[in-house]
Amino acid sequence: MKWEIVIGLEVHTQLSTNTKIFSGASTAFGSEPNTQADAVSIALPGVLPVLNKGAVERAIKFGLAVGAHIAPRSVFARKNYFYPDLPKGYQISQMELPVVGAGALTIQVEPLSGNAKPYEKTVRITRAHLEEDAGKSVHGATQGLTGIDLNRAGTPLLEIVSEPDMCSAAEAVAYAKALHTVVRWIGICDGNMQEGSFRCDVNVSVRKPGEPLGTRREIKNLNSFKFMQQAIDYEVQWQIDTLESGGKIQQATILFNPDTGETRAMRSKEDAHDYRYFPDPDLLPLDITPAMIETVRATLPELPTTKRARYTNEFGLSAYDANSLTSSREMAEFFDASVSIVGAAQAKLSANWLIGELSAQLNRDGLDIAQCPINAAQFGGMLARIADGTISNSGAKEVFRALWSEGGEADAIIEAKGLKQVSDSGAIEKIVDDVMAANAEKVAEYRSGKDKLFGFFVGAAMKASQGKANPAQLNEVLKQKLAG
Amino acid sequence: MSLTTSDVQKIARLARLAMNPTEIEAARTQLSGIFELIAEMQAVDTNGIAPMSHAQDLSQQLRPDVVTESNQREAFQAIAPQVENGLYLVPQVLE
Repeated sequence: MKWEIVIGLEVHTQLSTNTKIFSGASTAFGSEPNTQADAVSIALPGVLPVLNKGAVERAIKFGLAVGAHIAPRSVFARKNYFYPDLPKGYQISQMELPVVGAGALTIQVEPLSGNAKPYEKTVRITRAHLEEDAGKSVHGATQGLTGIDLNRAGTPLLEIVSEPDMCSAAEAVAYAKALHTVVRWIGICDGNMQEGSFRCDVNVSVRKPGEPLGTRREIKNLNSFKFMQQAIDYEVQWQIDTLESGGKIQQATILFNPDTGETRAMRSKEDAHDYRYFPDPDLLPLDITPAMIETVRATLPELPTTKRARYTNEFGLSAYDANSLTSSREMAEFFDASVSIVGAAQAKLSANWLIGELSAQLNRDGLDIAQCPINAAQFGGMLARIADGTISNSGAKEVFRALWSEGGEADAIIEAKGLKQVSDSGAIEKIVDDVMAANAEKVAEYRSGKDKLFGFFVGAAMKASQGKANPAQLNEVLKQKLAG
Repeated sequence: MSLTTSDVQKIARLARLAMNPTEIEAARTQLSGIFELIAEMQAVDTNGIAPMSHAQDLSQQLRPDVVTESNQREAFQAIAPQVENGLYLVPQVLE
């Protein structure tokens, strides 16, 4: 009998506030050690936490984006454990009453193997709660000692917990990617995985169909989608092998080693989960009024799912196109802006160029759409000239290259480079006549049934027009004249 | 509810407190007394009363997201036991 895989995710997203969650110290990344560790961050005795409004607003924004219930009253709790990068001896988090309740996220899953088709799935979100980040340990600087940098201590995090709704590595990765897109889309997190702004913990267990949930192991701190997939694949196989050889799974926290591609147990301390949560007496309950929720709702942009639906329904784009165009808010906005120039009838043309030529060029140059040297107005201007037949596809590619490297405007480039297609039927007929006269032998061969020569005539005529002939028109004229 | 010696040993370990048998016995008696008081409170009928999470019936004030703190590393590190290159040094942590 086959095994069933059960996966749930806990994602720590670092909120893009200017200051820490409980103090007015800066959260800028990459500063000198401890220069942003104020009295609250280092837990100097007698200091008190004061909650950052920006962190609360971002949590509300996330809740609204995943259709979740926003708690009218939520409570901060102390999670107690000892570690040198946590100077208070407890982390302020939320336990029983989190700010964001149950919601859901629709994901597009691209199966990793076989011929399986992409499909859509809804993953339930259990909750999301506000908490503070810990500091950073620097090992190995001095023999026998560990260095502590508390710049990160107190940085606001929103921990987003999913239900165990995913049943493959592909689904887990699709969910993590969708979440990554949403938090950047609504502007609550920069999504920088190298800098630790988006960290995933993955709970994995296996069971036989119909049986209760198996014992889970938690893979900690995955900071790339590729590692996530590798770690899950390895862990699932390890659990299945262990169970099939008569072993038992012990609940544990494990780490993934990207160099070996293996997972290993990090700690199985008997007290590891005895955090002794209790409401933090230093913080009053957080009341969120309907007015505050409405103020935040007004700042919410059109969400990826809504945009995707609009692109497929209104513009008739494929699910694949709609998905690619909503991979980031910048991409979608670029698309919207170019469509507003060329018109909805040319949405498919616009999508093709954006997903094709433009994305390929961005990839080659290692750029993000936000850093694209061509703006939507320039891009739309070029598309408009393709749409009205002024330039051919190959002419457009030349315009595109010029816009990319030199900037300017499509019309001026077409003029300067003489890229305007020849659509004048008289001129095209003249070219075709000349080509046929110069290749009388081939014309005879063609007429005696050698159809394949058609391509030769197209090439020759196009060359004679210096690539400027309108291809559709040229084909038409050639067909007529060659038929005799 | 009465605590056992091993309950107290566990609590002490979680709190990183080193206690000798005499101290453990004293703590056991005191903590058991606190638990008795809690048991008494839990016996009160609280049906229809909304739970409180704070002794004061107020709600949290929010702070604008504006930087107000400047770098005071030097002052803070002047009272730290050991520092190096801006880092606070602690006995090595093994994972």
